[in-house]
Amino acid sequence: MSAGTLYDKVWELHRVADLPGGATQLFIGLHLIHEVTSPQAFAALHDLGLAVRHPERTVATVDHIVPTTSQARPFADSLAEEMLATLEANCATHGITLHGLGSGRQGIVHVIAPELGLTQPGMTVACGDSHTSTHGAFGAIAFGIGTSQVRDVLASQSLAMGKLKVRRIRVEGELQSGVFAKDLVLHIIRRLGVKGGVGYAYEFAGPAIEALSMEERMTLCNMAIEGGARCGYINPDAVTFAYLKGRPHAPTGEAWERAVAWWSGLASDADAVFDDEVVFDAAAIAPTVTWGITPGQGIGVDETVPTLEQTEADERPIAEEAYRYMDLSPGAPIEGLPVDVCFIGSCTNGRLSDLRAAAAIARGRHVAVGIKAFVVPGSEQVAAAAEAEGLDAVFREAGFEWREPGCSMCLAMNPDRLEGRQISASSSNRNFKGRQGSASGRTLLMSPAMVAAAAVSGHVADVRRLLAIPTNPEPAATSA
Amino acid sequence: MSTSPFPSGPIQALRGHALVLPGDDIDTDRIIPARYLKCVTFDGLVDGVFADDRAERAGDHPFDRPEQRGASILVVNRNFGCGSSREHAPQALMRWGIRAVIGESFAEIFFGNCLALGIPCLTADHDAVLALQAAIAADPGTVLQLDLDPPRVTLSGDGSSRVWPLGLPAGPARMLVSGEWNGTAQLVAHDNELRATVARLPYMAGFT
Ligand code: SF4
Repeated sequence: MSAGTLYDKVWELHRVADLPGGATQLFIGLHLIHEVTSPQAFAALHDLGLAVRHPERTVATVDHIVPTTSQARPFADSLAEEMLATLEANCATHGITLHGLGSGRQGIVHVIAPELGLTQPGMTVACGDSHTSTHGAFGAIAFGIGTSQVRDVLASQSLAMGKLKVRRIRVEGELQSGVFAKDLVLHIIRRLGVKGGVGYAYEFAGPAIEALSMEERMTLCNMAIEGGARCGYINPDAVTFAYLKGRPHAPTGEAWERAVAWWSGLASDADAVFDDEVVFDAAAIAPTVTWGITPGQGIGVDETVPTLEQTEADERPIAEEAYRYMDLSPGAPIEGLPVDVCFIGSCTNGRLSDLRAAAAIARGRHVAVGIKAFVVPGSEQVAAAAEAEGLDAVFREAGFEWREPGCSMCLAMNPDRLEGRQISASSSNRNFKGRQGSASGRTLLMSPAMVAAAAVSGHVADVRRLLAIPTNPEPAATSA
Repeated sequence: MSTSPFPSGPIQALRGHALVLPGDDIDTDRIIPARYLKCVTFDGLVDGVFADDRAERAGDHPFDRPEQRGASILVVNRNFGCGSSREHAPQALMRWGIRAVIGESFAEIFFGNCLALGIPCLTADHDAVLALQAAIAADPGTVLQLDLDPPRVTLSGDGSSRVWPLGLPAGPARMLVSGEWNGTAQLVAHDNELRATVARLPYMAGFT
């Protein structure tokens, strides 16, 4: 195989044809669907009189609209019920596997595909959901698509695509304790901007990236799209293979050996040429919190809200809009800012390691008075694993609600939402105006451990301080 | 609100009134808030266009101003359509009557979603966008002539006319001009090539 980036190699392998318009027809190895962006695509397919070309390569689940308190059917919300019923009918008609509620495999689409071993290195993965970039953590080329493209993938298992440029983001050094993949990606977006990645695929590389677990890699790639990059990926390595081994859809026996050999050969070559490269120092990154209305408006928890003078000229209008909307003053500290709601979950940070990191802060502490705090596992499997190790009990004892899996308060398509001008500490990925269901609701993005720290403190708090404080000190061995 | 039929066939030129929507990084959650996505068809989406922003500005939003009724060309700034991949956003704009968007830059998924509906998203440089927006603001009744080959916009008024060159990548331009922007049939036609691709992907055979 010729020298090149993983992106180049996967692109060439999946190239079906060159289209008259100049685009490339790209084969899609894994197509994920959910209830929000698929019904109109199936309707269009019916209108065209077409069948699903590879029903075995499409996998469905339900996540956006499900309630997280009681998931009994029919849902109280008749529109939500209609959406799920439509998905069920479409999957049944076309022979598509649906991991539905109570199946043991339901959850947020970007959580379940990796945990089932569906997402594998070297695949092209498409889903009618922008956070499909998550799957790039495995060395897949994974991107979000619109509903017309969902129709195209159903009809032809392929898409018309233009090739992206590739920017390598090398992260040197080591993340400090209390600093997570979420902080890393918020920091990267802060520096490169929310549109810095437009036209690029991001390859994340370097020692700090190699040191990340698969779940952390997913958090990182999940938010590539928030930096404008349609896909982000990490070259597959031993960490990737160890995660995949034994998963329900992973190859076994000799096929596993062949798979690992093929996957390994897809990593970017040492002499691969990138269209651009930037370097970060992991050790310089603090726990990061967004103060504004785009994911690029992040600061270290120990910093203050940037003033206009500290803001690039072309970012000033949106900074001014953010001061107004968030009701924050330039120069104000972010630490100590009171919050109303604390949400731990989403496809960014709803996995087992996220819940463990949050539970480590919650254990032995209690949610501050007046704060609503809740934990929403990313999938039924995450919920079961967390319950098996008693994390649900840790959270409940600390005053958090323990909910059923779904997208929950990441976006306002289910009963979980902000009210009025409430301000949330949220482990999700978007702090857009109105994102969490109230047209004036405010969102501070941060890591799950930082959300837990905010919940027990009642305000934005530096998780590093809480990590340093022993909460259940052992009796001193010797008394002074 | 326009009642013209949705785009179909070759799209070479458009004529219409323009609507200026200032601001960078306008995301699809703002174009259509998530609560309007609870639907299994796109039919009712027009009610949700910028619903929260319009409520906040109580009648003073560009999409509510009487002089903008019937506008078909939307003029925006940078990174328009970022965020969620929801095709509901261009679907809602299209149902409101928007047939083309001019801006400094567009989020990629939004651009592709618009293309699949036959709505060209054309770029212009920073100064050109500001000049165009100022000219439209000065005379909201002005008519824009938009051409795709070559891509440019012409603004006529007061006996004079001004022309700005626009950007549109060659591929999408060809698709729109030829009328082949709705490409499902093309993709389906390459079934032999698709089989050949499947044959060289070891995961398609379970690495056996
Ligand atoms: S958790 Fe949020 S970002 Fe992720 S798929 Fe659900 S709604 Fe989208």
